[in-house]
Amino acid sequence: MDILSILISESFWAASLRIATPLIFGVLGALICERSGVLNLGIEGIFVVGAMCGWMAVWLGAGLWSGVLVAALAGALFGLFHAILTVPLGLSQHVSGLGITLFATSVSYFTYRTTLPNVSSPPRIEPFQPLDIPILSDLPFIGTVLFQQTAMTWLALLMVVIVWYVMNRTALGVAIKAVGDNPDSVDAQGLSVYALRMGAIVAGSALMALGGAFLTMSAFDAFFFGMVNGRGWVCIALVIFASWRPGKALFGALLFGAFDALQVRLQTEMGALVPGQVFLMAPYILSIIALVVAARSADYPRALLTPWFKGQR
Amino acid sequence: MRTVLSLNGLSKRFGSVIANNNVTLTLKRGEVLALLGENGAGKTTLMNMLFGHYLPDAGTIDVADENGQLQSLQLGHPQAALSSGIGMVHQHFTLAENISAIDNITLGSERLLTLRRDRSAARRKIESIMEKSGLNAPLNVPVGRLSVGERQRVEILKALYRDARILVLDEPTAVLTPQEADMLFENIKAMTAEGLSVIFISHKLREVLAFSDRIAVLRHGEKVGEMATADADEKTIARMMVGADTPKIARQEMAAGETITELKGVTVSGRSKRDSLESVDLTVRAHEILGIAGISGNGQSALAKLISGLAIPTRGTIEIDDQAITSPNPASMISAGVGRIPEDRHYEGIVGAMTVAENMVIERLSDPDIQSNGLLRRDAIQSNASTLTKEYDVRGPGVTASAQLLSGGNIQKLILARVFDRGPRVILANQPTRGLDMGAAAEVGRRLLEARARGAGIILISEDLDEILGLADRIVVIRDGNLVEADSQDREKIGMMMAGEAA
Amino acid sequence: MIRIEPRNNTSKTFAFGIPILSAVLSLALAAIPLLLAGANPIAAYGEMIKGVFGSVFAVSEMLTRATPLIFTGLAAALAFRAKLWNIGAEGQLYLGAMAAVAIGSGAFDISGFILLPLIVILGAAAGAAGMAAPTYLKTRFGADEVVTTLLLNFIILIFLQMMLEGPLQDPMGLGWPQSAPVLDQGMLPPLIERMRVHSGLIIALVLAAIAQFMLARSVWGFKLRAVGENAAAAKHAGIKVNRSLFGVAIISGGLAGLAGVSEVAGLKGYLTADLSPGFGYTGIVVAMLAGLSPLGVVAAAVFIASVFVGADSMSRAMGVSSFLADLVVSMSLLCVLVGGFIAKYRLVRTDTGKVAA
Repeated sequence: MDILSILISESFWAASLRIATPLIFGVLGALICERSGVLNLGIEGIFVVGAMCGWMAVWLGAGLWSGVLVAALAGALFGLFHAILTVPLGLSQHVSGLGITLFATSVSYFTYRTTLPNVSSPPRIEPFQPLDIPILSDLPFIGTVLFQQTAMTWLALLMVVIVWYVMNRTALGVAIKAVGDNPDSVDAQGLSVYALRMGAIVAGSALMALGGAFLTMSAFDAFFFGMVNGRGWVCIALVIFASWRPGKALFGALLFGAFDALQVRLQTEMGALVPGQVFLMAPYILSIIALVVAARSADYPRALLTPWFKGQR
Repeated sequence: MRTVLSLNGLSKRFGSVIANNNVTLTLKRGEVLALLGENGAGKTTLMNMLFGHYLPDAGTIDVADENGQLQSLQLGHPQAALSSGIGMVHQHFTLAENISAIDNITLGSERLLTLRRDRSAARRKIESIMEKSGLNAPLNVPVGRLSVGERQRVEILKALYRDARILVLDEPTAVLTPQEADMLFENIKAMTAEGLSVIFISHKLREVLAFSDRIAVLRHGEKVGEMATADADEKTIARMMVGADTPKIARQEMAAGETITELKGVTVSGRSKRDSLESVDLTVRAHEILGIAGISGNGQSALAKLISGLAIPTRGTIEIDDQAITSPNPASMISAGVGRIPEDRHYEGIVGAMTVAENMVIERLSDPDIQSNGLLRRDAIQSNASTLTKEYDVRGPGVTASAQLLSGGNIQKLILARVFDRGPRVILANQPTRGLDMGAAAEVGRRLLEARARGAGIILISEDLDEILGLADRIVVIRDGNLVEADSQDREKIGMMMAGEAA
Repeated sequence: MIRIEPRNNTSKTFAFGIPILSAVLSLALAAIPLLLAGANPIAAYGEMIKGVFGSVFAVSEMLTRATPLIFTGLAAALAFRAKLWNIGAEGQLYLGAMAAVAIGSGAFDISGFILLPLIVILGAAAGAAGMAAPTYLKTRFGADEVVTTLLLNFIILIFLQMMLEGPLQDPMGLGWPQSAPVLDQGMLPPLIERMRVHSGLIIALVLAAIAQFMLARSVWGFKLRAVGENAAAAKHAGIKVNRSLFGVAIISGGLAGLAGVSEVAGLKGYLTADLSPGFGYTGIVVAMLAGLSPLGVVAAAVFIASVFVGADSMSRAMGVSSFLADLVVSMSLLCVLVGGFIAKYRLVRTDTGKVAA
């Protein structure tokens, strides 16, 4: 076994970035929701919805980017549902989120099964292809790692920049951070707590759905039951690890991706010595460790999980 | 002087409680109006109606526009109040702590959906306001790192930045040192000279007399008097505030007995100065009420946590009845004979969703008359509750109703019943009358004196110096986590000690 | 303008009415996907009812399905009462099941009088350990138990696959990832001859009754409720909050573990990785529908089991995907959530100057 040779291989880093891509979308989405003060445990189900809807749109004949748009809209719709339950109605964010996950998952599965009742093997679409950028793609190392990813990975990286810019450089970002810290502060200044929070949840959920869409439209080319497999929950852990910062969110997702990519490679080399499942478990254990490490130091949005009602102070 | 604001016959009910009844009030340009009244007199409700947080049940509000013409204000809309030039500084600051002061100030006055922000104009405006008014605060640091005084200045700057012509300050000095308070009033004077009109809510007679132009007094939700400050004196206002016939608590002199509680060199290291104590000594004796005076946030909460068993000292010892408390926790404190009346009765005092009867036994779940073999004795719990509600006059929908349905005063009576029924040796009363009406507050005082007569030692923490002067046998001033005993009951001297000046 | 105001008192009618209404409403809403799938809803409901109540066998099937849901429902209800968000019942169920086959499938060939209690106790202990760990991380490090229990589900599932391909694999199983069968004397006896409903149901019902009694009548239950409703006040009153949390964590995890024991030693006889079709997650819905009341859990579990069994039978008859059941279950959770809001608050229309209820 030679970890070093793995760590300097191009394919390893390319795989890390690929594995990290859906997580980047998911963590950014969760980050926006939580910055506004609302936990969105609907993420796991919204991943499924994004995966199913994006794929289904393309399978029914839409273009790939239209599929991405459909996925985002579907995610936004379920996000709106969560937003209504948790913001104006102020219901338990935990229970509502789990409810949304169950609902979104069953809607997706039911729709898929009803549309395609009698297929034995899942039908396939033509997914996003690696962007072969002339010259850049031919660069050693960087060319392989960065410039042979699909457009959705680039979209994810672009989103990191956009979310960072919005959160740190615009009045909207300041307002979202403020409403997650002390809703009275924005209410007293005449802004709508409800609109800010609901908007943040809808936007965040749309991003989460893109994470799902990546799975069926870029990483794979078909929709399977159970394909999201806890990726949403991992994002919830990573956002705490990232202290609600987009830059650290990217780092966290990449770290996770690298670890996941490493375990696959170690598994092939050490498979005889250790059961493969040990490696499969590792990413989840890593998430829990990340959570434990970050829990105490993390600067939680102070109003997270606390509902706010107009006129009650 | 022109009238800039006129409240006409405002009324507001919450359920069966009348918070305001037909209140009429006017404010003139450049005037400082003090709105006085006891806790619960309806001052804050009135201002919340003005600011659009509450919708009045009856009445109207007129506000002068830029040209000085009175226009009727759309009720129940904070946005309308904001844009007609009313600024409010709440008692509990409405600041987001994770963003800077300048962000807090400009929040809501910038377009949210622009990509670029140009804040140099905003910064210039804020700096010019700071210069004119003398209200200074660091603009670029997250507000969470600012001191209380600085945060309050940011709150006022928020209103002035939005061109407030009328500024409402709700108990602005509650959290300030006397020096900070004086400075604040200096700043307010500077601003009224520029044409700002100010309403400040207070129940501190001294600062009202010193800094206002006119005084209006509320009692039980109604305006009971109004006068020019020049014509007012402490006695008349005090009588207006509390009404003519409030029984003065009869307090007998009593010789202190044996030492019951002793703190020796106790240090509590909290996360901030607010919840730290530095090597303090304290003795509480039988038949004695020990008053802890101090400005909010000087270590009172650390002292309360320590006596409640919620804070573990890093150094020093606690002795109760000559027994050292080796592992302080709430249960060991209770069994050592400490009765605790917590500061925040809703948060720490009761479990609102559980019944009145259950809340009355929550501190004595291991007593054999409450349980046998781990099963609750429900009849005993019921009859205990019936007895106590009668004895302590706890009124509400019954002992099997959830405790959250009780009014604040009755919740406090429930806690008193729970604490006093056990005949505690030491009683910690932390802000026991805050937010209570006169009757309930007097009841608290009477019970404390009763316990004193019985031979208990009482630690009374209060930010209301009058309350301490009225009840305490001895006064200790808490400041920056240190305790210093006052050698007299002279309010001037104690005030100086609270402010940190040598007396 | 509309404001939200808390109701002064929540009546008992709401406490019973809302879950029932939510259940009915979620079933009624199922008509929409049925129509979209091209099925006649009336006929579909008919098939469902026949599938659940049409014969003794059907009822037995429904109760068989309800049994693990009572266990996981209780697991969620008790933990949620203390505001301990145990979302990990799915994993704890498998821990219990693994313990059951580890002990019961031949490691000790002893009398059933010893073996069966041993299986039950150690299965519960395994589940309890599965919840004690995240509770430790919560009380010691402040790690949110929602996320840790969710992630543990995946870890345990992978661990299960590892066990089924390793130490727990049936040597006679032709390489399939499944365990050796539990010895006959280690099996929970069936309740009715030739039916699948087994004595695990009796255990579940007894535990629900005990939980109901303890919650209302014991000091333990008192402390649990106090910790859940207001941990700060409970702590101030001298209740040891962390101890209460650990106590309920162990009971909650233990109950989930028993769900696994009951499925393996009561129904299947051996362990595979698809033992549970999400009983752990469905238990959360059961608990919420039950208003976190232990006896309510029994009723809610019967309802949800009926939905699953009914939808299966309807699916066979009419060709509509049985994911319909999951849809109904998730909708019932959302309905009861909104219903809880209606019970707690009322919308007050506020006109200018006047407040109208």
